[in-house]
Amino acid sequence: MHPFLLASANDAATAIAAHAADPDLAYIAGGTDLIGLMKDRAALPKRLLDINTLPDMARIEALPDGGLRIGALARMSDVAAHPDVRRRFPVIAEALLFAASGQLRNMASMGGNIMQRTRCAYFRDEDDLPCNKRRPGSGCSALHGLNRNHAIFGWSEACVATNPSDVAVALAALDATVAVRGLAGERTIPFTGFYRLPGETPERDNVLGRGDLIVSIEVPAGAEGRASHYLKIRDRQSYEFAVVSAAAAVAVDGRRIRSARLALGGVAHKPWRLTAAEVALRSASLGDIEALKSALATSFTDARPLAHNAFKAELAQRVALRALQAAGARA
Amino acid sequence: MNPAATVTRGTGENTVVGDDARVPIGLTVNGRVRTMTVEPRTTLLDALRDELGLTGTKKACDRGECGACTVHVDGRRLLSCMTLAAMQDGKQITTIEGLERDGNLHAIQAAFIEHDGFQCGFCTPGQIMSAVAMIEEAKADWPSAATTDVGRPFTIAELSAAEIRERMSGNLCRCACYLNIVDAVAEAAARS
Repeated sequence: MHPFLLASANDAATAIAAHAADPDLAYIAGGTDLIGLMKDRAALPKRLLDINTLPDMARIEALPDGGLRIGALARMSDVAAHPDVRRRFPVIAEALLFAASGQLRNMASMGGNIMQRTRCAYFRDEDDLPCNKRRPGSGCSALHGLNRNHAIFGWSEACVATNPSDVAVALAALDATVAVRGLAGERTIPFTGFYRLPGETPERDNVLGRGDLIVSIEVPAGAEGRASHYLKIRDRQSYEFAVVSAAAAVAVDGRRIRSARLALGGVAHKPWRLTAAEVALRSASLGDIEALKSALATSFTDARPLAHNAFKAELAQRVALRALQAAGARA
Repeated sequence: MNPAATVTRGTGENTVVGDDARVPIGLTVNGRVRTMTVEPRTTLLDALRDELGLTGTKKACDRGECGACTVHVDGRRLLSCMTLAAMQDGKQITTIEGLERDGNLHAIQAAFIEHDGFQCGFCTPGQIMSAVAMIEEAKADWPSAATTDVGRPFTIAELSAAEIRERMSGNLCRCACYLNIVDAVAEAAARS
């Protein structure tokens, strides 16, 4: 790794001021993404600020209304093992358990998880191939390169990368929010608006700016939480990023869907919410496979596969269907 | 690593780092307090191996992909290649060298020998450190991706071969001793 300085933060206000004033400073929590990026020279911060020492940011709270508040420094493994997370929102526990390995889940923070950067091999490549996300203006090697693992929705000529987080897919489906503290105070960002599409500025993954510190993630109470499931399809059975994944949560009257929440991973620069399908699924019967398939298809009319990932549009619909059925079986 | 002689490749924004960039840290390793000065970029893995001479912890991928560097920090398994030594200041570290008691192997070490759970042995310290902590996780009601219903409490009696494979998937074995590793871990878990 390149040389850098390391300090630890004692209070959030000082950390935020330091981050806002210094473009070469990066926060570090679990380090499982940032240290990998530094080893691959995809991130070269001159100063690291260890935020693990900030107080009161690792709590996992079951809120009285049925929701959750997850501190940004809570570890993936603690969140996945928490009885209230497992009972209220199995999709969150499953998304976490299907990610990384036992060792990494013990290290990785929730805030860091949703900040992790793409696994696009060109972005991570040590030889500095053209990548607009890594070096703006240098081009996109994946657009006409090996793009099997890349986006089918929302990509631009500048970037076809996907977001690698599993739990972000579950959180997007559940309409979670991100509590962020910055120089101007605290604000709440809906999960569906937290990530950006690449457009002409793929170097920016999300809407956060200098000085912003993720404090917590809040999951609202909802009728769909308990009947939820995360399905992840990978090239190997374990310890791998998703080819395609789906988070599904449903509320039902008998077998009839009252409301459905669906988001896909591995298909876009952000968790991809299937808004049209959610509308089309209302009143459909969980037992009517053809009706479910037709409803899901309404969210795929704008799919734009690349040269090597045309299979993803079909795969994603099957994954969404299975996730929906598994969620429904829990209703 | 001699920091005064360290020059990284790249665009010129990186420079030679002198000793003044080193920071003093204290780790309790296998029950002994060890103090040292490290560069901020020194991983816990490199500190254990190069500063303390504890070479039982192996450096293989150095990218968090293989699990060979698994150690325990405050009782939890983690990857020593993916954390900075200076970030673990004050913590309790256990390495493979710290598992035996009074000359007796840990039950999982003995089970690996009994079940022939290795060939070349390079992944073995990481496998064993991972297994020791994994069994504690299972006892503490932690579910896994192999658990059908995460909403129910998990008990150690449910630690099937499929559960062990999933929970140990962060430890790769190039010799593919997985069958015997799973047998060794299953026996040790059943006895624990």
